[in-house]
Amino acid sequence: MNLKPETIAKIDQLVPRYPTQRSAALPLCHLVQEDQGYLSNEAIEWIAARLELEPINIQEIVTFYPMLRTEPVGKHHVRVCRTLPCALAGAYQTCRRLEQELSCKVGHTSEDGEFTLEYVECHADCGHGPVVMIGEEQYNDIDPDKASELAAKMKSGELPGGITYS
Amino acid sequence: MAIQEQRLIFKHLDEPGYSNDIDCYLRHGGYEQLKQAVTMKPEDICAEVMDSGVRGRGGAGFPAGMKWKFLDRKSGKPIYLVCNADESEPGTFKDRQIIHKDPHQLIEGMMCSAYAIQAKLAFIYIRGEFFQGYRILERAIEEAREKNLLGENILGSGYSCDIIVHRGAGAYICGEETGLIESLEGFRANPRIKPPYFPAALGLYQCPTIVNNVETLCDVKHIIEMGGKEFAKIGTPGNSGTRIWCVSGHVQKPGYYEFPCAAITLGQLIYDVCGGLKPGRKLKAVIPGGSSSKILRADERFTGKLKNGTDFDWGIEDIPMDFDSLMAVGSMSGSGGVIVMDDSTDMVEALANINYFYAHESCGQCTPCREGVPWMRKITQRMIEGNAREEDADLLNSIADQIAGRTICAFGEAASWPVQSFIAKFKDEFVEKAREQAARRKAGELAAKETTLI
Ligand SMILES: Cc1cc2nc3c(=O)[nH]c(=O)nc-3n(C[C@H](O)[C@H](O)[C@H](O)COP(=O)(O)O)c2cc1C
Ligand code: SF4
Ligand code: FES
Repeated sequence: MNLKPETIAKIDQLVPRYPTQRSAALPLCHLVQEDQGYLSNEAIEWIAARLELEPINIQEIVTFYPMLRTEPVGKHHVRVCRTLPCALAGAYQTCRRLEQELSCKVGHTSEDGEFTLEYVECHADCGHGPVVMIGEEQYNDIDPDKASELAAKMKSGELPGGITYS
Repeated sequence: MAIQEQRLIFKHLDEPGYSNDIDCYLRHGGYEQLKQAVTMKPEDICAEVMDSGVRGRGGAGFPAGMKWKFLDRKSGKPIYLVCNADESEPGTFKDRQIIHKDPHQLIEGMMCSAYAIQAKLAFIYIRGEFFQGYRILERAIEEAREKNLLGENILGSGYSCDIIVHRGAGAYICGEETGLIESLEGFRANPRIKPPYFPAALGLYQCPTIVNNVETLCDVKHIIEMGGKEFAKIGTPGNSGTRIWCVSGHVQKPGYYEFPCAAITLGQLIYDVCGGLKPGRKLKAVIPGGSSSKILRADERFTGKLKNGTDFDWGIEDIPMDFDSLMAVGSMSGSGGVIVMDDSTDMVEALANINYFYAHESCGQCTPCREGVPWMRKITQRMIEGNAREEDADLLNSIADQIAGRTICAFGEAASWPVQSFIAKFKDEFVEKAREQAARRKAGELAAKETTLI
């Protein structure tokens, strides 16, 4: 495993804070995913070993929590909220526009690896639907026309990509 | 004339120049209540919280003082405090505001609460999608630590307690308190059965644990500031304090609005506070407490007896916005998420949207929930895809009836209530959907219409 020294430092600092090592499993999945972009089998085994657990103990978490992934995402990770308040505000129309603009079907990564487009559920900002997230940045009140603007900015490189962890 | 908000929890958060750093918070009188709290007897703070009557803001509306009273203090095991910042009930968007714009209010509320219950360690379980909120909280905690407002020997009181911010990862069921606890322990968020696993007795690491919502913990700060009895005067008996109503859907001005409980009616909230509906539209229905609460139909009459014995006879616009009134009309105030729908809304599509969410979020432990909820989703999906049948409404209802009350956690109800209430109130539209599609098919047209909500 080729983890960045900062990641290792964060992990070493975090684990002893918890009353049990196992409690650090989900935080470690986050940290390793942020470092690597996704959780490979090797990463899962590494986390398990670090916490003195079996790989299956990590595997069962990875397969449960939707934000943990076992495959890389596109350079721009685009998430469109689709639950009722955003839907009432037009989220499905927004998503259809993004599908066209990015040449990427929702639930997939574009062929060129530039975009991953996903539906997500309520992001707790329903007063400003439709809510769209690109990487870790959230954009509010995104109607189809604003979606086109966002798409243009992603394509021109003006907007940061999906993995912008600090 | 718009009705003036009366903000308590959100008092400063949108003021120009108010920032989320500790200096700004201190300038606004921040941490005075923590200073006061650590000089008080912990049981006296608990008594104030009991006197305040404050009810949980996370969904169930259980009195916080009562929950704290159930805490097993004799076990000799460490006690934990957990702040539920999972905020994932569709329609709810208040905790995010506190975390982003006033994190120190939450930290102060938590430290006062932690001291009151003599917690050894506290956690904030924050949903994984709040990337920025997580960073804001981490920074705020370090600021508070530097000023000795948390950590070792807080303000020289001899009491020590730290806060760990723990990130979820996209699973709604982590909002359910025992699922949350499993998640914190490093497992899948499979809720535990109650009894025996009431967190106050057997919670985190099988130790006594108090789980409270972000807003509830903020209330504790204000209860200490004004005293429980004074706090109880806000609102009405049994419905004390303010509530932050998160209004979304078809109103002119969606957003969050804070009012004392029962200070306004649902009609005032929609028409005066939120500017009414979009031009030319009429109100059709309201889901008043997050997507799992039962839907109210705009032209219903609500009649019955309140807890205090008085009779009521209300139209939808007359319903006072508080815990007991919304309960009396057969729904709930839940998490405060008010979803407004106008007459352009297709109810079958709206339910299909809700069913999609719950089907995706069942943890899978109980058969009725794991099998039944996706089954309901399949039916509403089939209906909007052009294959609705006249008997679908009854079929949906019978599945929901077989889930609710037969599961480990309240998710079973959360997923069934929308179906049961949509069918109870809008059955005609579900039947009509099948007839319409049959007519179109007969005319040689595509049976399904283009959908907008799913
Ligand atoms: C399916 C389900 C989801 C829930 N989601 C949340 C949530 O996102 N946030 C929250 O505070 N409470 C949520 N709750 C309620 C919690 O289980 C718990 O009652 C609450 O955190 C207690 O805090 P309170 O008494 O301060 O409201 C949920 C409950 C259920 C059954
Ligand atoms: S009711 Fe559903 S979510 Fe709750 S424990 Fe059972 S399967 Fe899991
Ligand atoms: S439904 Fe999209 S943010 Fe709540």
